Amino acid sequence: MQINFTHHQSAHCENGVISNLMKHHGFNVSEPMAFGIGSGLLFCYIPFLMVNHAPAFTYRALPGIIFKRFAKRVGIKIKREKFKNPQLAKARLDENLKNNNPVGLQVGVYNLVYFPDEYRFHFNAHNLVVYGKEGDTYLISDPVMETVTTLTDKQLEKVRFAKGAFAPKGHIYYPIDFPKELNLEKAIIKGIKHTCRDMLAPMPVLGVKGIRHTAKLIRKWPKKKGIKKANHYLGQIVRMQEEIGTGGGGFRYIFAAFLQESSKVLSKPELSELSKEMTDIGDLWRDFAVDASRIYKNRSAKDDAYNNVASQLEVIADKEEVFFKKLKKAIK
Amino acid sequence: MKKDEVPQDKSNLESANFKELCYAVDENGEYTTVNSSGWDPKTIALNKAIEEIKERVENAKQRVLNNKTSPIEYYMEFHKMDLPILASYVGLWKWRVKRHFKPSVFNKLSNKTLEKYADVFDISIEQLKNIELHAD
Repeated sequence: MQINFTHHQSAHCENGVISNLMKHHGFNVSEPMAFGIGSGLLFCYIPFLMVNHAPAFTYRALPGIIFKRFAKRVGIKIKREKFKNPQLAKARLDENLKNNNPVGLQVGVYNLVYFPDEYRFHFNAHNLVVYGKEGDTYLISDPVMETVTTLTDKQLEKVRFAKGAFAPKGHIYYPIDFPKELNLEKAIIKGIKHTCRDMLAPMPVLGVKGIRHTAKLIRKWPKKKGIKKANHYLGQIVRMQEEIGTGGGGFRYIFAAFLQESSKVLSKPELSELSKEMTDIGDLWRDFAVDASRIYKNRSAKDDAYNNVASQLEVIADKEEVFFKKLKKAIK
Repeated sequence: MKKDEVPQDKSNLESANFKELCYAVDENGEYTTVNSSGWDPKTIALNKAIEEIKERVENAKQRVLNNKTSPIEYYMEFHKMDLPILASYVGLWKWRVKRHFKPSVFNKLSNKTLEKYADVFDISIEQLKNIELHAD
């Protein structure tokens, strides 16, 4: 059986699933809208979490949280379930497909066979939609892929029950209750306020302060950790910023697109101006990535080069601080 | 980033024949989406990370052959895992898995425990005991 579901490619998996499921239910919500209302933008350094033998940096909110906030703010209800038993998880999925209900699933990437080998790491917070089943094969709409694809029930079970940090435990979710009309205006304002609060938070590892903290770390790495580790860590920052699912520039472009769309919804031309500013900040993030990649390309980089990229980050932090203060005022 | 600045470099995405989606502004300053085939700075970062994993695997292999560690560590590195990930896949405490890295402990493991590891790594027990049987 196959549900009449339209696949749209997106930059980020979670926004993409939200946007695709909403569109399926007749609400035209774009990916940037889902990202902005769900306050997806962030910067956070997570020192105690090692990913691929390097500390974790994230440019977005924790997995699952974007959809949660989005749902609350626009007034839809989502049903979520996690399972211990794979059979039960499969039964619940089949039941939904039988009722013509496409569902979102959280999966691990390592065993996702349609991903290029090089991209298959133990990352457990990927999202996709299942929209049908033919025999033992599930029809999959993975938002970061250009077209739809398939997984056998064995393959799907493996990725649904991947282990490690953020283990999905068969996590299945789908919207069950919708308001007559989505009240986007209020939701947008809430989303923006929350993002401003996160980015300006008085915490050393979060938001603008987190970016400054990271700059300080980069200055120290070559001496403290040695060139090899310093390069590995720097590479990790760039990968988290630019890997598939970020839309480039550490999600800054998606956020700028959200502000542009919001300026029309709220009839606030200031937001459109701020969107341009955010685009410029996104470009700075990309310049940082270019210079950082020069360092880890040739192993014999001088200390100076690390100081250089660190200074770039500090400039970005200053700009983002000014930006989010302005944004906070603009929606008052 | 402008629409025509969206990078179209060669990358590992080519092997799977897909392009990722990027957000960029068009001539009128409106946001739109453009497909990108890849971007050098991140391709380099990814390739470096893969190189590093290969080094780790090779290093583990040598240590297994020199009887410094058990094949479990080799297979763990081969599957891009670290200790917490492997421990949660086999469902054992981290310290127990770490102990199983000792060749002397590994040699005394019961078939049941070996089976657990072999299942996670998707190999036979013979392959688990002898990494030279493992085609990489």
